[in-house]
Amino acid sequence: MKRVYVNEEWCLGCHLCEYNCAFANSGLKDMAEALKGKNIYPRIHVEGDEKISYGVSCRHCEDPMCVKSCIAGAISKVDGVVTIDRSKCVGCLTCVLVCPYGALAPSEEGTMQKCELCLKNSCGEPACVTGCPNNAIVYEERG
Amino acid sequence: MSIRFIYPEFEVVRNENRCIACRVCERQCANEVHSYNEDKKVMISDETKCVNCQRCVSLCPTRALKIVKSDCTLRENANWQNDTIKEIYKQAGSGGVLLSSMGNPKPLPVYWDKILINASQVTNPPIDPLREPMETRVFLGKKNGKIERDENGNLKCDLPPQLELSMPVMFSAMSYGSISYNAHASLARAATELGILYNTGEGGLHEDFYVYGPNTIVQVASGRFGVHEDYLSAGAAIEIKMGQGAKPGIGGHLPGAKIVGDVSKTRMIPEGSDAISPAPHHDIYSIEDLRQLVFSLKEATEYKKPVIVKVAAVHNIAAIASGIARSGADIIAIDGFRGGTGAAPTRIRDNVGIPIELALASVDQRLRDEGIRNNVSLVVGGSIRSASDVIKAIALGADACYVATAALLALGCHLCRTCQSGKCNWGIATQRPDLVKRLNPDLGSERLVNLMTAWRHEIMELMGGMGINSIEALKGNRLMLRGVGLNEKELEILGISHAGE
Repeated sequence: MKRVYVNEEWCLGCHLCEYNCAFANSGLKDMAEALKGKNIYPRIHVEGDEKISYGVSCRHCEDPMCVKSCIAGAISKVDGVVTIDRSKCVGCLTCVLVCPYGALAPSEEGTMQKCELCLKNSCGEPACVTGCPNNAIVYEERG
Repeated sequence: MSIRFIYPEFEVVRNENRCIACRVCERQCANEVHSYNEDKKVMISDETKCVNCQRCVSLCPTRALKIVKSDCTLRENANWQNDTIKEIYKQAGSGGVLLSSMGNPKPLPVYWDKILINASQVTNPPIDPLREPMETRVFLGKKNGKIERDENGNLKCDLPPQLELSMPVMFSAMSYGSISYNAHASLARAATELGILYNTGEGGLHEDFYVYGPNTIVQVASGRFGVHEDYLSAGAAIEIKMGQGAKPGIGGHLPGAKIVGDVSKTRMIPEGSDAISPAPHHDIYSIEDLRQLVFSLKEATEYKKPVIVKVAAVHNIAAIASGIARSGADIIAIDGFRGGTGAAPTRIRDNVGIPIELALASVDQRLRDEGIRNNVSLVVGGSIRSASDVIKAIALGADACYVATAALLALGCHLCRTCQSGKCNWGIATQRPDLVKRLNPDLGSERLVNLMTAWRHEIMELMGGMGINSIEALKGNRLMLRGVGLNEKELEILGISHAGE
């Protein structure tokens, strides 16, 4: 399965991935309209300092802790992609506690959200990857 | 404002309707032009620091930015132009020599643009390179004057060492130090993939790049930085740098601030010490002295590698080249006055040297007249901007071209011409680790390969149009060229007829 991988050697810490993510999931056609004057709730977060940085998003684990721990049964694995049904989420934050990567975070409405590889939005492939200026985030099949 | 104030050259225009305050511009500007006002939640800019490198413009996700030339000008004066006056102000303030980077930007004649290429019609058919074989390979090095046979009638195949190139273009010298590790990695990888060569410049060869040796020209310059036996043996050829088109007659100076870590190790000089290349080689004051160095280098590499002598195009270039051709050198590289640099005194860059087109034509003619053209191959550089410039250079008599500025553009350079600041936002002319990593060699080498592949296609199309199917048949074929808007003397030196003749 193709996954999002991070080459931290090439991450510039520019945070473009966060904005591209927020825009891709906004459902709007214009980035300025989608993000101007708003707090953004991206599903990828750049961590690190000035020396080294990297974007962190869902690893789509083989045996995901979040799926096991979700008390509402809102998180499931569909064709390898860890997916969240936000209509079921009760916002208990258990998934946040158990995720070893810190890949889940509350959305603007309070229900949880996470990277679903842009498969459900109009982007079709991860917007963080297409928008990365330095190939620091890639979407590829690895053994 | 004080007498020292000079109005900023550029203005940062931010479309507030589009700016989402993502602060990418702020994070990406090493010159610290952009900043974020937390209270007002808006981006602000200090254009006094802007060099117009276009990094923020290129990375702004909403295209909210543009950089424009300021229209705040001094009173118009054809003699005392704005730039001239501002340079006076700067020198009156600093007392120093003005420094510039990259090639001469002055509106001096570009002869390539006044030369037109022929095409076949009716009586001699053009060739379609998509259907028929087309040879772009070239071999550089001394060629035997005539075919000789031994006593049994077999051909003598004792050709001096040659460089094989898949197309008549090489990446010219840019030192590790003046450009970054990642820029070098991109050039080395691209040259290897393309079957051409890149050039170390005078900064030595980083140990990681010895693996690209068969596609590397190692340079020996007046500072002799990083020169040792393994270095000489590592490359496919050795280049003695006598001069550089951007700054003929002067040496180089890489500031101590750039001599850090691996740069210091590769150059074999202490960290923080200035790397000063003298104007002359202190052991070369004549063609005989040059010959000694040529043969020292050949001796050190067992006569297996061609030796290139690189000179700047200057007034007596034909006589100089004639001397070099007799010095034992295998290849002469001539660098025209529009060639680039990581830093040069502005006055020298803009006023010293001659156009490469004229230098090439006169050198090729002189070597032919003297019957020594086969002693050497000719490589020309100094602002070769496109495949058509390459074709024109070959037709004027070059064996191959050196390109560097075009290669840097492929790597992201936006020709802001402030390499000397060491704060290249594109990760090219800098040694700051956070900036160097902005150039990912995976992307850089791919773009270089794309550029050269495109040029090779264009070279084949242009040759096909002329009914020529190999670079060899185009070499020195000045009948394929015509001048437009050139005077008699220019046409005479270029050795071409005027259009319509």
